[in-house]
Amino acid sequence: MSQFVNEPMLEMYLFETTQMIEQLELAVLASEKEGFYAEDSINEIFRFMHTIKGSSAMMLYNDIAALAHSMEDVFYFLREAKPTLVDYSILSDIVFEGVDFIKVELAKIKGGDSADGDSSVLIEKIKEFMLYLKSENPSGQTIKVDEPNKQQKYYIAPEKKITYDAKNFFKAVVYFEEGCEMESIRAYTIIHNLKDLAEELFSTPEVGSGSDSDSEFIKENGFIIYIRTNLNYEKIESFLEETIFLKELKLEEITDEETFLSFKSTEGTIFEEKEIKMPQMMEKRVSYEPINKEQNNKEVVSSGPQSVISVNVDKLDKLMDLVGEMVISEAMVTQNPDVVELELENFTKAARLLHKITSEIQDTVMSIRMVPLSTTFMKMQRIMRDMCKKLEREVELQLIGEETEVDKNIIEHIADPLMHLIRNAVDHGIEENDERIKKGKDRIGTVTLEAKNAGSDVLVIVRDDGKGLDKERILAKAIKAGLVDETTVLTDREIYNLILLPGFSTNENITEFSGRGVGMDVVSKNLQLVGGTILVDSTFGEGTCMTMKIPLTLAIIDGMNVKVGDSCYTIPITTIKQSFRPKAGECFVDPDGNEMIMVRGNCHPVLRLHKYFDVKTTVKEFHEGVLIMVEQDARMICLFADELIGQQQVVVKSLPHYIKQTRNIQSLSGCTLLGDGSISLIIDIVGLTQSRTK
Amino acid sequence: MAKIKMEEYLEEEDTQKGKFLTFILGDEFYGIGIEFVTEIIGILPITEVPELPTYLRGIINLRGKIIPVMDIRLRFKKPFLEYNERTCIIVIDILDNSVGLIVDSVAEVTNISEENIVPPPSINTGFSNTYIKGIGKVNNDVKLLLDCEKLLSQDELESLDYISA
Repeated sequence: MSQFVNEPMLEMYLFETTQMIEQLELAVLASEKEGFYAEDSINEIFRFMHTIKGSSAMMLYNDIAALAHSMEDVFYFLREAKPTLVDYSILSDIVFEGVDFIKVELAKIKGGDSADGDSSVLIEKIKEFMLYLKSENPSGQTIKVDEPNKQQKYYIAPEKKITYDAKNFFKAVVYFEEGCEMESIRAYTIIHNLKDLAEELFSTPEVGSGSDSDSEFIKENGFIIYIRTNLNYEKIESFLEETIFLKELKLEEITDEETFLSFKSTEGTIFEEKEIKMPQMMEKRVSYEPINKEQNNKEVVSSGPQSVISVNVDKLDKLMDLVGEMVISEAMVTQNPDVVELELENFTKAARLLHKITSEIQDTVMSIRMVPLSTTFMKMQRIMRDMCKKLEREVELQLIGEETEVDKNIIEHIADPLMHLIRNAVDHGIEENDERIKKGKDRIGTVTLEAKNAGSDVLVIVRDDGKGLDKERILAKAIKAGLVDETTVLTDREIYNLILLPGFSTNENITEFSGRGVGMDVVSKNLQLVGGTILVDSTFGEGTCMTMKIPLTLAIIDGMNVKVGDSCYTIPITTIKQSFRPKAGECFVDPDGNEMIMVRGNCHPVLRLHKYFDVKTTVKEFHEGVLIMVEQDARMICLFADELIGQQQVVVKSLPHYIKQTRNIQSLSGCTLLGDGSISLIIDIVGLTQSRTK
Repeated sequence: MAKIKMEEYLEEEDTQKGKFLTFILGDEFYGIGIEFVTEIIGILPITEVPELPTYLRGIINLRGKIIPVMDIRLRFKKPFLEYNERTCIIVIDILDNSVGLIVDSVAEVTNISEENIVPPPSINTGFSNTYIKGIGKVNNDVKLLLDCEKLLSQDELESLDYISA
């Protein structure tokens, strides 16, 4: 389909369109909340659709372009005719359907497939809606959707200066190749690009609406542009010749200003209105930005001139790796056995400076990868809306702390869990509106989505004021499903955690949104991937609160290095409660051979690392080595190692792919390089405790 | 004429086809397609990784890159030989995996043209020749040519052994 795909252009297209779609979604959501589409939002949506249409047509994604075109028509109608009777909920549905279609297509393009979706059904639907709109709103004003001004010239205000001092005037006629399609958009592109070179510009026909009749005109008569510029003939000519699908170019110089102005003034009166309109739109664009600011920081900065560049994530990852290496080699130099014994005053000074700089670089690189959670949270708005519509339930979504920043890799992993949690909250948690009134609650349910920092973790909390979890029912279900023994006594928290097990669902009926018992399993699996955990808390009748605890970043952790035999292992410092050397005879063994130790009145299991990892060591007596008490999910376990080496910030590297595919080692989360170049394995406490309980 | 010959020569030099790195394992010579080989290094300190099959000795730090190493002797169920100064690690890059192969010692790079390669005997006479894709003749010697992809792929039998063990 796309014959002249060139990579950077495609990338840019995908990036821009995705962002626009996101913003468009936000605008529609906001308008829907308000109950009607304000003029500003109509303009905004119109502009987005227009740009998407333009760029899609440029990239030859005709289905997207056609769809965007028909949606644009609708908003053009809304903008120009200002109809009073509009069913906004149908309108939103249609826009969302369109947006979803474009999203799917974009995903295809991203994945390297051709965008082969057929938008004609959707377009038909939109056209029907248009007809309905028109019939509902027979207004006196003629609507100019399909009858744009044919022979008129269109004035485009130059953005830079009002005083014109340029002395060169040109008239250019551009003919496109036959069958290149979307002539008006190509023409618009020329004008757009010329704006930077020229001081004053106007053209026949009007461009900007991109309608078919413009294209017809351009096909027949060519596209005529009048230019006032400082540049000379050759420059303009070479510029115009770069136009894609250019068939023929006629460029002539107009000698004096008056002739030039006459083109403008003859029809100037007609376009006075337009003349104002264009700059106005520019201004509006600026005034929107503060509104968007809260919602989407990224986009706002991108409008500033070159203050933000988009960087390929691979490059960032590479940079990150390199910085990691640098940190290690710094340690290799400064802690080199050859110099460590010597007293070198100057060397130590220089080393300290180097250390300061490297850690600053490390922090900066880390911060580059941090992205605010707001985009993910915004997506939840959309999910919420769709669900409320389907379930005919009114639920409000409150967002708190969406500016909290998290590593980009982690964001990708929490979107899914978050979606499941929200779905559960709405579907299981929040009661029907009537039921709520009976219970004396607010008619409209609230789901709160909150994010906050807590040390090196981020807490993402999904709270609802629904019916809460029914302990008895969960327990009964679990016993029935054979997940727990009838005789075991469980704490409240343990009971709540049962809902995280795969295949567990308290919903009797499977609905579109939940009930298959997969959701919570997905949540915990996804969180495990990023080293996060989930806590469930609930009060029956008052609501449920799910807290996801996610590490800020995956790449660097604070670790405690321990020695076992000749091997070195790293334990994440956040899990360590304490470490101590037990006295001889403090540990005891049960008949099954399980070793345990009593610490401050509580009994904890002991895991010998040398046995677990099958390492040869001479330290086998507890009083010779050291016990490290670690906590995971409120479960304590004591690890027995030979000795502690020390605390260090380590750069996490994943185990080689080949090893992972050979065997999925649950008890190791990765490995890291130590100062002396040797490798230390990072113990995954979650995996360790799990594989032990099995 | 001379020119054509020169071109032929250059072409041959350019392509890695038909070139094999040979190494010694016990009494046999083995060959591995040169296009897979990234580099040859001496033995480095190996960090053991638990739960892996015995032939996967662990991981090494190759200038900041962490790669797994496989002892070819153990892979072929031969007795383990203590590593010495002649022991080499051949780093190969295959199927997007970098893997180090531990061999007794490296011999040379040699040309084996296609007509000198015969397939291994198809009738299975009690020994498994899954890892050998051909047998090359060089003068009077034979070189067993390894199938690198099979070397890395898990054979199911072995996994079963591991589980039952």
